[in-house]
Amino acid sequence: MARLTQENVERAREIISRYPASRSALLPLLYLAQEQDGWIDDSAMEHIGDLLDLTPAQVLGTCSFYTMFKRQPVGRHLVSVCTNIACLLNGGYELLEHAEARLGVVVDETTPDGEFTLEEVECLADCDRAPCLQVNYRFFGNVTHDDFDRLVDDLRAGRLAETVPAHGVLNREQPPPVSVRRADAPHGAGD
Amino acid sequence: MTEQTETKKDTVTVTVDGKTFEAAPGELVIAAAERHGIYIPRFCWHPRMKPVGMCRMCLVEIEGVRGLPPACTTPVAEGMVVDTRTPVVKKAQDGVLEFLLINHPLDCPVCDRGGECPLQDQTFSFGPGESRFVEEKRHFEKPIAISELVALDRERCIQCARCTRFADEVAGDPLISFVDRGDHTQVLTFPDDPFTSYFSGNTVQICPVGALTASPYRFKARPWDLDQVESTCSTCAVGCRVNLQSSQNDLVRMLGVDSEPVNHSWLCDKGRFGYQAVEHDGRVTHPLVRKGDELIEASWSEAYAAAAKGLADVRDLHGAGAIAFLGGARGTNEDAYAWAKLAKGVLATDSVDCQLDDGLPAAAVLGLPRATIDDACRAKAVLLLGPDLKEELPVLYLRLREAVVDGGVAVVELGPQSTGMTRHAKTTLLYRPGEAVEVARALTSGRDPMPDAGGVRGEELAAAAGILGRAGEGVVVVLGRPSVAESGRTVAEAAAVIAAAWPQARFLPALRRGNVMGALDMGLAPGVLPGRVGLDAGREWFSQEWGVLPEEPGLDAAGIVGAAAEGRVQALVLLGADPINDFPDRTLARRALAGAGFVVAVDTFLTDSSREADVVLPAAMYGEKAGTTTNIEGRVTRVNQKVTAPGTVRSDWIIAAELAQRLGGDLGFDSTAAVWAEIARLAPSHVGLTADVLGRRENRDGVVAPYEGEGPPRHEAPVEQIEAAAAVHQGETLPSEAVAGAPEHAAVDEPSDDDDPAGAGRPPLLTFAVGDAGSTAAPPAVDAYALRLVAGRRLYDNGVTVRHSAHLAGLAPSPRLRANPYDLDRLGLGTGDRVRVTSSRTTLTLEVAADTGIPRGSVALPFNLPGEGAADLIDGTQPVTDLRVETTN
Ligand code: SF4
Ligand code: SF4
Ligand code: FES
Ligand code: FES
Repeated sequence: MARLTQENVERAREIISRYPASRSALLPLLYLAQEQDGWIDDSAMEHIGDLLDLTPAQVLGTCSFYTMFKRQPVGRHLVSVCTNIACLLNGGYELLEHAEARLGVVVDETTPDGEFTLEEVECLADCDRAPCLQVNYRFFGNVTHDDFDRLVDDLRAGRLAETVPAHGVLNREQPPPVSVRRADAPHGAGD
Repeated sequence: MTEQTETKKDTVTVTVDGKTFEAAPGELVIAAAERHGIYIPRFCWHPRMKPVGMCRMCLVEIEGVRGLPPACTTPVAEGMVVDTRTPVVKKAQDGVLEFLLINHPLDCPVCDRGGECPLQDQTFSFGPGESRFVEEKRHFEKPIAISELVALDRERCIQCARCTRFADEVAGDPLISFVDRGDHTQVLTFPDDPFTSYFSGNTVQICPVGALTASPYRFKARPWDLDQVESTCSTCAVGCRVNLQSSQNDLVRMLGVDSEPVNHSWLCDKGRFGYQAVEHDGRVTHPLVRKGDELIEASWSEAYAAAAKGLADVRDLHGAGAIAFLGGARGTNEDAYAWAKLAKGVLATDSVDCQLDDGLPAAAVLGLPRATIDDACRAKAVLLLGPDLKEELPVLYLRLREAVVDGGVAVVELGPQSTGMTRHAKTTLLYRPGEAVEVARALTSGRDPMPDAGGVRGEELAAAAGILGRAGEGVVVVLGRPSVAESGRTVAEAAAVIAAAWPQARFLPALRRGNVMGALDMGLAPGVLPGRVGLDAGREWFSQEWGVLPEEPGLDAAGIVGAAAEGRVQALVLLGADPINDFPDRTLARRALAGAGFVVAVDTFLTDSSREADVVLPAAMYGEKAGTTTNIEGRVTRVNQKVTAPGTVRSDWIIAAELAQRLGGDLGFDSTAAVWAEIARLAPSHVGLTADVLGRRENRDGVVAPYEGEGPPRHEAPVEQIEAAAAVHQGETLPSEAVAGAPEHAAVDEPSDDDDPAGAGRPPLLTFAVGDAGSTAAPPAVDAYALRLVAGRRLYDNGVTVRHSAHLAGLAPSPRLRANPYDLDRLGLGTGDRVRVTSSRTTLTLEVAADTGIPRGSVALPFNLPGEGAADLIDGTQPVTDLRVETTN
């Protein structure tokens, strides 16, 4: 855990070689660490500092500026429920409460099996489909409580593994276009 | 180009608040306005750092510019009209301050900064007076220690980024940074990675609120109780300008003062917090005289009588040459002059050395053409042949680092191990200990292809020579002692080789003890007299005033310690010197103290050495006396008294004068001013540098000796003449009488003498050339089983200042033997293993650590850390020290 694996060190070196100033590779390397472990722990930041000739404090400074870099362990699925104005008016808080009850955690907690972390977020720019949420930053709109339960079951069973990879995994290729089949179908790049 | 555009290039005309003045193009509005008496409020802008425009406190109105630009990021332009006091600006200032105060705890009554706080002050002068914010402020644990020396209260922080920018831009130690964002933003270190910068105290000084406080000063005083005086830090020889502050006769704080040629307002933490030693209750406060095994408190007259009797007995029985003086590099120039006059002019011994064989021969330091810090920072190339500047002369390191990072100065480093400067150097040549001369010869040989030399590969030498060669005549050599485990003579000889090959090269000495340069200038070294003249060259000039003078050149520290160990030096006077800890070879130093029949220690604390003395005379410390001091450049500045010394402690020059009287002499001065007046009258390099001159406003940053009066600068003598003069000072070609006033020599060194009748007969200043360093045995051939020792110093060591400063004492690292991983591998060792280390002197058990900055075949062990260490291993009689390293089992 935590420090980059040998394979990722190779990838890191390749990434660093793309930039005239190695320090520019800081964000890509943080993504790499998050992809490896699902979150970024202190020793990963120290390792990145070593690779880039930065102090760990400098790495922390940048890493902590971006809320999407997680410095606490998160589950395989990060569920982000919007409670900003449009979602609020359309039952966002009720959805969040339902999610807490269904997952058995409160906001910012992770289920004991490490599958889900629940968080409350501000507007996701998906207001037309309020209330909405994201799982690992993939959108799900017009989410009813039943939709939510089904989504949780599907995720847990690995039925959405293709479209919603584990937290931290980056899309390196464009996924094929997805036609909207269900109201809760993911949309994004192909939508 | 027309004439008009040309004048435009020089200055631009701007109008601020109706006042029209000229400013330099590129100058920032905030700075230009301030120079003309218009203060624009600010938090984030600092004149010694790059502007960032973070805090928005400096918003101004500029005619024709939309919005309110920050004065700290806006350069002046021709015809610019700026208003800093309009209603719109006032409204913006109100807004910014109200905003900054939203999360500010307003705990001024319990804040160290209260009373001198820019946030308080600017809120009073420019603020709205009321806040509309009634919600809960943000809360943090307060305060947290971000290092042993600095505490951080995040609630008070206004996120100006002065501290983080200082750590990154100026110190090069980015160990603090902004963490999180928005209203969660806080300054933090990485967990378990404290802000252990040698320069951390500066962040406390520049924090515009009380968010950063210094542990040694917390809750010690309120600003309005403080009394202050401007002085010069005397912890090392950079000579940073400071404000010395006291409360109720206790030194409580030192603040950096911005001296343009020296410290740019920065201090290192040892200099900043070392005042704690002055306040330590372990000071010697009364004279002590030995009765049997014990040192018993005595009156000054008893102690003087005992000291004078001991010295007179030795003089009468064994001659003046059996008396020797060690130390004196920590006092004022006046102190040093008084001791030199007592030793040479009353006792007539020349065996006097203010260095402890841990520096460079006096002739080299005084005789090589000198560069200033500014010269080095503006040089085309700098050759660094000396100690780790970050460890020994920290603010010189800051200045050079800035010159490299911002000014593009090329540094070529030449040393036995890598240093704090290595990452900024264009190239670092790691030579084999003891072989600096070989490297210097190769470097200046111009040979192609370049042969290997001193353990450095030819290609590396060629590359370095290329960098230095391109700089042509503009090379400044920063010259000091890279390691006390190799002879200082070889380093001096290397310098002479460079000086001969590159006649225009100039040298900036990198010696560390507070006033070592002043002590050398004042003659506290063998073979020299005050004012940078040789003993023989200055004989006639000084004998008229001083009466007697030593017949023969005396011994240097190594000679004195060796002779004392053999009983040839019978009386030893220690001027704050602690040879047992500071002389490279501890075995020899112990023998010397035992061998000298009579030892007088003039000291501030009882050290391992002064505990052995027969008479201890308690001396005043820094801040307890006034006078002048001299930095590495030769810059003479004033040091001032802030507190009264404890007990019956006296200044060194008084002790010297009173001791002289009991020895039948008369130093002829009765005040510090009188001592200086004599120096300014007699010491050839200081003639004319009177208290009056030093006190002038334009000389606030001090005056660099040799003092040249108001006249044009001294012209550079061609090399052949320098060498001729060197031969003269060695007494090799001309009898001394022929030297004084000999017209051809006066022409070499004192070209202005012709039009300066007062200077007639003044002896020529020393010069230094190849061969002057004296001979040293060549280091023995490298033995495949041995590793050659490199011993440099650490900022936090076992010296008097650190040991007696409560907050610094714990910072000294524990000694580890560092070696190249290749050598460790070869020996089947790894970092953390304990090994037996054997030299011709002793065997020690130490921990090893792998370090790629140590060349193969060498091992590094810091000098003078607490406990056993390098001094026990070093054999001072050899040019280098070879060690055997074995596993402990
Ligand atoms: S701690 Fe002080 S210097 Fe640092 S950002 Fe905060 S207010 Fe500025
Ligand atoms: S660099 Fe030297 S002179 Fe400057 S503050 Fe530090 S110890 Fe004092
Ligand atoms: S308010 Fe929820 S997505 Fe915009
Ligand atoms: S001083 Fe100009 S923005 Fe802070």
